[in-house]
This record gives sequence, C-alpha cells and structure tokens, in this order.
Amino acid sequence: MGDTGERTIRGKVAIVGIGETTYYKRGAAPDAEFKLGLEAIMRAADDAGLPVRDIDGFASFSNDRNDPPRIASALGIRDLKFSNMFWGGGGGGGSGAIGNAAAAIVSGYADYVVAYRSLAQGQFGRFGQGSQAPKAAGAMGFTQPYGLMSPAQNFAMRVRRFMHQHSVGQEALRAVAMASYTHAQTNPRAVMHGRPLTEEDYDNSRWIVEPFHLFDCCQENDGAAAILLTTPERARDLQHKPAYLLATAQGSDYRQAATAHNAPDYATSNFKTVAQRLYEMAQVAPGDVDVLQSYENFTGGVMMSIVEHGFCDPVDVNDFFTLDNFTAPKGKLPLNTSGGNLAECYMHGLELVTEAVKQIRGKSPNQIPDAKVSMVTSGPMVQPVSSMILASEPS
Amino acid sequence: MTSTVEPGTEPYLPPGMPEPAPGGDGLEAPYWEGTRAHELRVQRCNACETYQWGPEWVCHACLSFDLGWTTVEPQGRVYSWERPWYPVHPALKDRVPYLIVLVELPHAGNIRMVGNLLGDPLQEVVIGSEVEAVFEDHDEADPPFTLVQWRVTEEG
Repeated sequence: MGDTGERTIRGKVAIVGIGETTYYKRGAAPDAEFKLGLEAIMRAADDAGLPVRDIDGFASFSNDRNDPPRIASALGIRDLKFSNMFWGGGGGGGSGAIGNAAAAIVSGYADYVVAYRSLAQGQFGRFGQGSQAPKAAGAMGFTQPYGLMSPAQNFAMRVRRFMHQHSVGQEALRAVAMASYTHAQTNPRAVMHGRPLTEEDYDNSRWIVEPFHLFDCCQENDGAAAILLTTPERARDLQHKPAYLLATAQGSDYRQAATAHNAPDYATSNFKTVAQRLYEMAQVAPGDVDVLQSYENFTGGVMMSIVEHGFCDPVDVNDFFTLDNFTAPKGKLPLNTSGGNLAECYMHGLELVTEAVKQIRGKSPNQIPDAKVSMVTSGPMVQPVSSMILASEPS
Repeated sequence: MTSTVEPGTEPYLPPGMPEPAPGGDGLEAPYWEGTRAHELRVQRCNACETYQWGPEWVCHACLSFDLGWTTVEPQGRVYSWERPWYPVHPALKDRVPYLIVLVELPHAGNIRMVGNLLGDPLQEVVIGSEVEAVFEDHDEADPPFTLVQWRVTEEG
C-alpha cells in the first residue's frame, strides 16, 4: 500500500481497435442512433480482429442515450463486466471515457473495454438551441431569462474575459478554425471535405455571439465512434500496431461549476490541474508532443486548452496562433489533423481520439512522420474535463 | 441608488422567454423575493461572513450550513460581456442582437451576476465600466417576477 509508483495506467493499456460510421450532417443519418452505435462498436472489433462478443466492458460520456445493458443484449455479449458513464456534458468525457475504460482493464474488472459515443441530433434534440421550456428553474433562472441559453453563449463570456486579460486578437481564434478546415480538405471522411475556408470567409462570416463567428463554432452531426482497449499482452494477438496509453487525467479546478458564472478563476478552459496530473503520469513534457487533437466546441476553448497544457504562454497567443504553426506536417504544433469537431465531424470529440490513434498507426490523412506522442484534450470550459496521451511505445 | 424601469417601458427582451422559477428545493427563493422588493439579496454565511453566489446549501469557505441572506448595494462593474446575434429561442427571432453582461460586485466579495446591459445593443461595451441594477418588473406573469438588468453609470 502507498506505493504510488504502481498507481498508474502508464503503458498498461493499449488501444487496439477504432470504429467509425460515416459522418453525416445533423439529421442526415439514414440509421437510428442506436444502430449507428452498434455499427461503430462492431467496426472497432473488426478493426482489432476481435470477435465483438469478446467485448466485456463499455464506457461512454455526456449522457449517451445508448446504455451498455441494451448494447450487450443486442450484441449477445456473454458477460457484461463493466458499464460506465463519465459525468458531465459537452465533450468533457472524451478522454475521460478512455481513462475509465483503462482503469477497468488495469484493475482487472474487464479485459476488452470499448469507449463509444453515438449521436443523431436529428432524431433527438439539438445542442445549439436554447431551452423551450416556459420556466427556468433553479440556477438556470439566473441566465436563461436574459437570453443566455446556448453552449456558445455560455462559453463566449469566458473567452471574452480571457481575450481581455491577455489582449488576444480575433486572428488567434481564426487560426484554430483555419487549421481544422485546412486539414479537412485532405480527409475524404470529413463533412467539410471540399469546403475550404479562407481568412476572408472567416472574417465575413456572421456572428453567432461575439466573439464567436460562425466558423468558431463546432458543427452538429450524426454518427458514432468507438475505441477498443485491452492489455498490452492481449494486444499482441491482435492485428494492428497498438497505441499505448501513457496517461489520462480528468477533473475540474476549484469551484469551476459555481453557478451563474461564479467560478473564481473564470477565464480558463478548466485544464490547469488536469494538465499537470496528465504530464506527471505520462512522464512527458509539452515539447515531447508530436501532434495535438484539441476539442473545439468553440475555437476560444482550444486557445485556452493549448495555453493550459503548456504549449504557449498567454502573452504569446497572438504570435503562436498561426495557421502555419498548426498545419501538419511541418507546423510547430500540428492541430486537429482530421478536421476535428469544426470540419470533420462533431462526434463529441471521440473522433479526435480515433485521429490520435491514426497518427500513431501512421494512417492519418495528415500524417506527422514517425509520430510517437499523440495527445487529445477533451471538452474545454465544461466540468469536468479530461485529456490523454498516446504513444507508439509503452514507455 | 435603486433604479426601476420607467412605467410603460417594455422589458429588454420580448415576451415568451423562459421565466425564472426557484428549484423544487427552494434554494433560490429568497433572491427572487428580494428582486420583487427591488432589492438585491445574496447569500452570506452567518458563521464566517463570506459572500456566496450562486446560492448553495453549504458555505464553500467554512462548510457551515448556517447561511443567511443579505441585501447588497445594487451596483457593480462589467467583468465580461457578449453580444448574441443568433436567436437561440423563438422569442428572440426579431430581437437580435442584444447584450449580456457579467457583472461583478466588488463590495460583496466579487460575486458575479448575469443580466442584460440596457441601452443600444450595438454600443461598445468596456470591461470595468461601473453599472447599476435596474429592476425589471414582470407583473403580468404568473407568478409575477422581477429581473435584474444593468445600466452603465461610468465607463471604465
């Protein structure tokens, strides 16, 4: 007991399979949300070369509607050993679900755990609309009657404050949007493939809520993604080069969920403590990271995520945030190399994890040559958030 | 210092917006009772005198359950702001853009409140500007309620 050296997932879990449906515009999926989820899970098993009925654990996030007991019954899973939901909304659990799956494997709860997210906003509610309920009960009464109702509005307030404190210009946000759209042009799976974005397009696009233009905001999509994890020993019997987990971290800084926008440290993506724990477990530094997938609910969240993961000082944001720096393969910090939530698909950030795995496998549409350390940050500005680091070797 | 919307003046946002209601546990009720009386009442811990907002059942500073409510001066300064252009609610279809401000109350432990900034929705908003509360009565609602809006008194 008390041997903290053993209390880690570092090198003890590998991602062995990834599965994705076709990614659709919101409302365009021809299949039911539950079926999309099954397809992604079956593809992840196929990708690994594992019979799908050998999966014995499930982890998801953001109140996914498709629960593991139903999935296990539908697929004829013989023995459901682990079913898990990461608390909180937005994409805060994208890496957290991977972390929870990894914890189940390291602890011995289960052997083959799949992290999944299925989303057909066309069949259920949209994220980008305000509540239509006549009453705003509880803490919502402090915001909704004033027209502060949508995720964009919830987060624009934090981003505006950060831009004020650090004298950040709109061009920094534009660079994040440009990176996603640039990378989507070489990714045939991307919903925005064939839809390039110029700086003029960005500047001329309508405001959604200042300081967010249209292109600062993620898409709303239909589809599903799944990530299959197991032990390194079991990974050797499967068909792909494993992507090893060096670390995941999840959490929320001091009183970040205080209501009515009362988080004491307000102008933050909520990654300050999470990033510290992430790097400690991974035993890497920001300079070791070859490629970054950073969840774009809104570009301003990416900005603060990059700062709080130590890639750039707040005072240097205007200089560092350029399309050149973010473009694969030669940029200083290749960012969102599949097109991400903005331009590939808003699969609640799980598509960022599949892309991080592809970088380790050498199969990205915008490959970083010999990528060894591949990182994901999930869900800036929500509570809790999470992030993860993958590597080509277990240590 | 208390300001009230002039009689006959339309509310800042159109009818049909969600109306504030205390949660089933009544946590927020003293605040809304306060705004009906054109007072800004917030939580303050009876044990350690820490201001707390939004309200909670325990004091985050000393963990006392003995939380009281106190009336504070309805003034503050702009901490952040945003200007929505996309109408996220049907009632807002013909009422964009509008302004939302986050106001901090330096005399009450720097707690913050969300409201609309009255005046021209296209005005330049300056973080740090001094603002005062304007109580916006919705007497026809069932039950009636009063929102707290803000007006610039001195640019920061």
